[in-house]
Amino acid sequence: MTQIAPIFKREFLGYFRSPVAYVFLIVFLMASVGCAFFLGSFFSANSASLESYFTFLPWLFIAFVPAAGMRLWSEERRSGTIELLFTLPVTTLEAVLGKFLAAWAFLCLALLLSFPLVLTIAYLGSPDWGVMASGYLGSMLMAGAYLGVCSLTSSFTKNQVISFVISVFVCFVLVLLGWSVFTDFLGGYLALPGWLVDVVSNFSFKPHFDAFIKGIIDPKDIVFFLSLAGFCLFLNVLVLEP
Amino acid sequence: MIEVKGLVKDYGALRAVDGVSFTVRRGDILGFLGPNGAGKSTTMKMITGFLRPTAGTVLVGGHDVTAEPVAVKRQVGYLPENAPAYPEMTVEEFLGFIAETRGYRAAAPRQEHVERVIGLCHLGPVRRQSIETLSKGFKQRVGFAQALLHDPPVLVLDEPTDGLDPNQKHEVRRLIRQMAAEKAVILSTHILEEVDAICTRVIIISRGQVVVDNTPEGLRARHGGARLDEIFRTLTQTDT
Repeated sequence: MTQIAPIFKREFLGYFRSPVAYVFLIVFLMASVGCAFFLGSFFSANSASLESYFTFLPWLFIAFVPAAGMRLWSEERRSGTIELLFTLPVTTLEAVLGKFLAAWAFLCLALLLSFPLVLTIAYLGSPDWGVMASGYLGSMLMAGAYLGVCSLTSSFTKNQVISFVISVFVCFVLVLLGWSVFTDFLGGYLALPGWLVDVVSNFSFKPHFDAFIKGIIDPKDIVFFLSLAGFCLFLNVLVLEP
Repeated sequence: MIEVKGLVKDYGALRAVDGVSFTVRRGDILGFLGPNGAGKSTTMKMITGFLRPTAGTVLVGGHDVTAEPVAVKRQVGYLPENAPAYPEMTVEEFLGFIAETRGYRAAAPRQEHVERVIGLCHLGPVRRQSIETLSKGFKQRVGFAQALLHDPPVLVLDEPTDGLDPNQKHEVRRLIRQMAAEKAVILSTHILEEVDAICTRVIIISRGQVVVDNTPEGLRARHGGARLDEIFRTLTQTDT
């Protein structure tokens, strides 16, 4: 497991060695904060919370996490560096974890760069710091779960466009699963039994994340995000094993 | 150092490598010859642990590549075909990364190993340039430097002189010959003169099978003093 460190370092700094990091961070900040201001009526809601920022993250992540994750393995396959990486004394698990953690750290950085919002709120009102921290924790865990999916899908192909499109589709479905329109469709139109609808909708990101926004840190939700990411990474290792 | 026994690799219905066996000892420079698609690269990828053999075994320094891939990878320096490297990194950053994964974590030994191969492969003038901006010749040398970084007992070089100009080719051959005494070297090539220039042994592979395993001199003697390219053509003609 000691080999994770150099791989993590290379991958994380890799974002900043090309314009990818800067373009990603700037556009993500504009989109996420823009949603909070213009769609979430950050000011007129007149509450000292980040709820209007967090609410839109599950939707924004559908596009942005695949954008950060699509290169993880596709790029290695396309440029042939995968042959270099897997002839270094590194196990597949170490490589998968190192790259995943680097991309996750990058996404966490993108989230934390919204800190001026926090400062603004602290200046204008007296926020509940616990709720805010729980929102950030939930966002980071959710980003990890999205990223697990993206890391897996990017290992299937050397084409980054295919990797991106499939990742977006899977993430979109995972958000939709908990949407009432979708569950009504399953329960009503397809007449599935209630317990099955519950099982399916339980795989949605949104209900698990909504608890965090409200300031509820339920171990169940933490386990959900971590185990989803873990399961995807497990499959990722299987895909990459020679 | 390297023992290959009955190596087979299937891609679906296609058998790319079909029962290849040979051994390479310390001090050997084995030239791996064959037409394109004969299975040279596939065999090398199995020796380095990148591909899993369908059947057969590879032992490197006594370690089985399927059972102990990491132990094998520690002992092997590998230059893949076309010398892939992370394009956005500079030469120094890239070699630093390789040094870290090779276990040189502290700054001093890492720097020492990087400096050694930068000197050995004449990368000084481009050390702070990103790899994507390098010419083919420099890229190839970066790949070579990466393979030599941990001074491995086994070197596997897939077309090491590809894309180099005649002076650089000469330099790389000199380097290989210089190091060969303490190492086991396998190199694949299309260039038959290269085999005469540096190899102590030749294996010609055709349609996934070994058709010749001999010294360059022995090979010529058996074919009545014919030139190497004539021998190569007679033995592999069925492929074209």
